[in-house]
Amino acid sequence: MSETGGGAPQLELRGITKAYPGCLANDHIDLKIMPGEIHALLGENGAGKSTLVKIIYGVLAADEGDILWEGVPVTIPNPHGARKIGIGMVFQHFSLFEAMTVSENIALGLPGRQNMRSLEKQIIDVSKNYGLPLDPQRQVHTLSVGEKQRIEIVRCLLQNPKLLIMDEPTSVLTPQEAEKMFETLRRLATEGVSILYISHKLDEIRALCHKATILRGGKFINECDPTKETAKTLAEMMIGSSLRAPAHHKAVKGGDVRLKVRNLTVPATTEFGISLKDISFNVKSGEVFGIAGVAGNGQIELLSALSGETRSQAADAVTLDGEYIGWLSPNERRDLGLAFVPEDRLGHGSVPEMTLSENAFLSGYNRMKLISAGFINNISSARYATDIVRKFDVRTPGIFHTANSLSGGNLQKFIVGREILQKPDVIIVAHPTWGVDAGAAAFIHQTLIDLAEKGAAVLVISQDLDELFAISNRIAVISEGRLSAAKSLKEITVEEIGLLMGGTHGTGAPKEASHVA
Amino acid sequence: MWLKIEKRPEYSKGMVYATPLIALLLTVLSSIILFEVLGVNPMEALYQFFVAPLDSTYGFSELFVKATPLILCAIGLSVGFRANVWNIGAEGQLLMGAIFGSSLFIYYPETESVFLLPVMILMGAVGGAAWAAIPAVLKTRFNANEILTSLMLVYVAGLILSFLIHGSWRDPAGFNFPESQTFSDSADMPILIAGTRMHLGTLLALLAVLGTWIMMARTLIGFQVKVIGEAPRAGGYAGFSQKKIIWFSLLFSGALAGIAGISEVSGPIDQVVPVISPGYGFTAIIVAFLGRLHPAGIFFAGLLMALTYLGGETAQINLGLPLAVTGVFQGMVLFFLLASDVLIHYRFRWNFSTKAVS
Repeated sequence: MSETGGGAPQLELRGITKAYPGCLANDHIDLKIMPGEIHALLGENGAGKSTLVKIIYGVLAADEGDILWEGVPVTIPNPHGARKIGIGMVFQHFSLFEAMTVSENIALGLPGRQNMRSLEKQIIDVSKNYGLPLDPQRQVHTLSVGEKQRIEIVRCLLQNPKLLIMDEPTSVLTPQEAEKMFETLRRLATEGVSILYISHKLDEIRALCHKATILRGGKFINECDPTKETAKTLAEMMIGSSLRAPAHHKAVKGGDVRLKVRNLTVPATTEFGISLKDISFNVKSGEVFGIAGVAGNGQIELLSALSGETRSQAADAVTLDGEYIGWLSPNERRDLGLAFVPEDRLGHGSVPEMTLSENAFLSGYNRMKLISAGFINNISSARYATDIVRKFDVRTPGIFHTANSLSGGNLQKFIVGREILQKPDVIIVAHPTWGVDAGAAAFIHQTLIDLAEKGAAVLVISQDLDELFAISNRIAVISEGRLSAAKSLKEITVEEIGLLMGGTHGTGAPKEASHVA
Repeated sequence: MWLKIEKRPEYSKGMVYATPLIALLLTVLSSIILFEVLGVNPMEALYQFFVAPLDSTYGFSELFVKATPLILCAIGLSVGFRANVWNIGAEGQLLMGAIFGSSLFIYYPETESVFLLPVMILMGAVGGAAWAAIPAVLKTRFNANEILTSLMLVYVAGLILSFLIHGSWRDPAGFNFPESQTFSDSADMPILIAGTRMHLGTLLALLAVLGTWIMMARTLIGFQVKVIGEAPRAGGYAGFSQKKIIWFSLLFSGALAGIAGISEVSGPIDQVVPVISPGYGFTAIIVAFLGRLHPAGIFFAGLLMALTYLGGETAQINLGLPLAVTGVFQGMVLFFLLASDVLIHYRFRWNFSTKAVS
């Protein structure tokens, strides 16, 4: 029955169908994963990947179709049942208790009582083996997004699953760490563990996976061998039309400096926070400036110092178009033409329980003139929100739905759109496409580049190197609160950046390193 | 088969309005049991509670007299609650408003001026706001929990009132009773409808309802209050100051509670006495939640809670029920409301499948 010869598939799905009111999320999907196979699940936002994975993990029940586990039909009533038969899952969105330590969080996810001391030892062992450094004693709220994801991965691995579902696991890892994790996954695969790997990084899928199932619009499109495809053909199957790489603009030479940061030093606000040390860089008109780095190395602090949520000690630490803005509030900076997109889109970039119209007003009320005669102008707010939804292809039933009803990618498009439509002179974007599908990512990238070409300065803080290489003119790396010297894209290599991310500053880059375009 | 509680993808707008009604229904059902246990005919008791007080124009006007301080306090509190600022000391702010406001008359009783009452009302607002400023300082400066500080200050305010009324504020011609002299005409709240006790304060309460409604729905400060309450980090991102909102909401609720205080002493009470309020400031918390923290809702919830005060008195007179029934009633409303509010974000679902993992 299968080309790998004998044995039943670890997991087989037959005709899985799941309808939500007004949308068919999964339309007769078939999927087969052999033991020891790394199987990619590819698809845009809204393609039905999450729904399918939730059905496998017992979060949702399918309307139709069968699930076969080791050849036997099963019903998976809930995640507990899934874990019991040997399915583990690392979610893209974390379910962690912020006020508890790493080991307490892991203990809570495991069945029965735990001996904390031996659990901590296990955590350290597993995290060392798999290249996921973790301190079991740390409180979760002091960790960065990347570190939080490590907890989820380790929590899964501790249960020795037979099928491991990974939802975009590498988006927060350095290339070296990701490579190390691939080795781990490959080793797990040779030990017979099946892996269902969800990612939008096509190169990664080609390097790692044995099989790929492509979904589009809730339908099964194709099953293929990703090693025999190119990134381009995979992407085309995924989004159904020819993918356009962002049209890269010419390197800008003579642009004026719009955003200038000089010796910015900000002491850490929490016990485990990162303090910014003597950061200097400038971003010119027409330029996309990328800041790479592993999560938790001062990105959040830097963004907050630039947005004005933390004020600088010296007024001239941050300069916008020649004006000192270090002491100004976020509002005052916005009025001068600065726009920003924070890392956390729900709860920071938007108010979850407020409508899109209100969320449009949130950052746009001054620049878009949404207040008339002292009163909020609901009509122009709604018009502004509609504009964002239309121009940035935000999939929503309407602007009077709340922000948390949107999928992550759509909310990101909304927030990026909201900032861009304010015609900023300088825009600072953190993780512009985290969790966003390839089609939307290309669109966001193109929009940022277009904005730069119109004379704005664009600063992108991201952990996704492919993204930075695709859109930046110059790149610097942040590590432990220090920023490396900026280098133009032509002078820097992935390996070099990887080393800088690991904390080696400036010197000792390997000579024979290959260039990445 | 079992009952499952699952989170709704988006909160239910219908339930926001339905849960107060569910809570009232449950309260009535429970009180039927309560009356049965007390040996009273439940239908008769409910009649005495909810219908009898309203069978005359006077009864109706009394409803507004009682609802006035409740609505004023609850409107102020609701703004704080929207911002996640938990001022539960409206009772103390009400007392301080009464003290500040009436001090003008007490020390200058001979004043005959049309400006006396407006200035007294203003002083009342200042008194209430000043009392609420203490938790605001402690919260913004030392991160002290405003729930504790505002509550504790209620008792301090009560003792200050006691100190004054048993001391220097006592009416010299009052046979040593702990009461001030009765207010002069120019210090009295004008009566709105002749033959009733409905006074200018009711009008102020209506103004507060309308003004706050507009403020919360259509102004930047109202928007800031909502954003800071729901997502403080998004507020910081938009450039709103959390400290400013803490100050604003405490001063605002303190001022309205202070106005409630001065309207009571220069309205229905007409003099300063040791007990100014039967717990209006605390009942206002229930009013605010029952009214969904929305001005229009608070208006109706205020009338309903006022009815329980009136009904409690009627039931005491006609059926010999203890006055504590009023408190039990109010408590049940809040209890059932908080319990059924879970339906806003969650829904129940009967699960009929009994299949387990094979």
